[in-house]
Amino acid sequence: MTRKEIIGLILVPVAFIILAFLPSLPNSANLLSLAIPIAMFTVLATSWAIFSGPTHYISLATAAFYGVGAYTMATWLDVLPYPVILLIAAVIGAVFAAVVGFATLRLSGVYFVIFTLGLAEMTRQVFVWYQNNFGGTRGHYVFTDITEAQIYWQLLALGLLVYLVGWWIGRSRLGFAIRIIGADELVARHSGIHTARSKVLLFMVSGAFAAVVGVVMAPRFVYIEPAMAFNPQLSFLVAIMALLGGIHRLWGPLMGAIPFALVWEFIASNFPAQTILLMGIAFLVVVYYIPNGVAGVVEGWYHKLKAAGGEKHG
Amino acid sequence: MDKVALKTMDKPTVLEVREATKRFGGLVAVNQVSFDVREHEVIGLIGPNGSGKTTMMNLISGALKVSDGYIMMGDNLLSDMPERKIAQSGVARTFQLVRVLAGLSVLENVMAGAVFGHRKLWGKGLEVYAMRQLERVGLAAAANKPTSALTYIDQKRLELARALAADPKLILLDEWLAGLNPTELQTGIELIASLRDEGRTIILVEHVMDAIRSLCDRCVVMSSGIKIAEGTPAEVLSDKAVIKAYLGDDYE
Repeated sequence: MTRKEIIGLILVPVAFIILAFLPSLPNSANLLSLAIPIAMFTVLATSWAIFSGPTHYISLATAAFYGVGAYTMATWLDVLPYPVILLIAAVIGAVFAAVVGFATLRLSGVYFVIFTLGLAEMTRQVFVWYQNNFGGTRGHYVFTDITEAQIYWQLLALGLLVYLVGWWIGRSRLGFAIRIIGADELVARHSGIHTARSKVLLFMVSGAFAAVVGVVMAPRFVYIEPAMAFNPQLSFLVAIMALLGGIHRLWGPLMGAIPFALVWEFIASNFPAQTILLMGIAFLVVVYYIPNGVAGVVEGWYHKLKAAGGEKHG
Repeated sequence: MDKVALKTMDKPTVLEVREATKRFGGLVAVNQVSFDVREHEVIGLIGPNGSGKTTMMNLISGALKVSDGYIMMGDNLLSDMPERKIAQSGVARTFQLVRVLAGLSVLENVMAGAVFGHRKLWGKGLEVYAMRQLERVGLAAAANKPTSALTYIDQKRLELARALAADPKLILLDEWLAGLNPTELQTGIELIASLRDEGRTIILVEHVMDAIRSLCDRCVVMSSGIKIAEGTPAEVLSDKAVIKAYLGDDYE
């Protein structure tokens, strides 16, 4: 382990512990209504980037996994203990991702994007069809005594977990394999890498996280119905935030989630009719002007500063 | 048969290509080609453009599947395996159009060859081992640079180091010397000669005749997908069918 990693391993948990005290601040209700979406998008965008960053496969399936998680919660809330539901959702998310992954990761570029978008829509339609024919009702009530603060803490814990998992993958053979695959899949295969398995494993990680976030967020909705649980807007927002922050660094998506979630909150409350238009514009701006994301810009400055400092000293 | 060929005559066979055939629709790119590669041997796969040499290399490395015939390495039926399994059984290759891994450092490029294939190194041992491969090809000074900082010949060196890092039983070099200037070419030939002297088993597809003469123990000559000659470089280069394939019918 390098010194940088040890410092990170200490600092990151400390930061999370400090953040955990947010609900005890005065006027915390307002703060939480901002902090929860930020935390949620940070978890979703970071786990999204664990797969999409190195492979460059842009997935728009986040809403599918998220919705499956929300429905897992709604279905088993009265039957199973909450921690078991979290676990089941993680497994379902991972298995769902594995099935989708093996079917689609042979698709490249734009075909994969379109497929994942269609997948979320199809999953939604399946749930609608099932509920219409066998479910009796269109939606599900999710009545729990889980508080906003508890949701926030769970998201924080998930955030810490996603960072640990991402860090661990980055140091592992799997992480190295996926970087080689991202650089040149043909060379990867000829180096002995099981490319399909490596990609599917990472897709499972991001699918599992999105499903668990769906469980955690479900009590906030109170009433869950397919159009809300499988909202494609979520998939787009996650992709935009991750790209805005930068997907080549683990901390990149955080840099995108914070500013974007704040701006989004502002747009949603002030221009509710134009949200999709503004989202499209944001997407274009990010892709055109900051292709390496905020993290890339920050690193660029850092290298410039370092170079300038080096010249002065040298 | 001269003494160079005799040198490897009694060595065990590493690779056995039997009636290998590859069809693309109606086109037969490789047509019932058979040859053996013995341990420590350097085989030149030569022939005019479009004769099926690169297709043959792709059949051995698994990038393409044979339509007919088979390729064996020891007890492994290579022609039935996916690329990664072939790599794991000890075949490493370079590419006709050089393929370095952009976004990874020079050292990481070499490490890529030694983690998932025939060798499965990790950690400090991997770094030291990869560094040794870079020294081997004369690139140690560039270890921590990005690949974009490399010149063309250095990219070729890097690809070779990545192939060597796999510690392969068989190395496939697909026009590794192509595109080098005369000085670089000399360096390149010396580098491959040093691999031969180490006892590596190599198949090289090459157009540079000097390289073929000085490096190869034997040559397999292909034309329009068919093997038209096999023997020492001197033998095949004076063969009538070979001269005809290269220069056409009118040549007397």
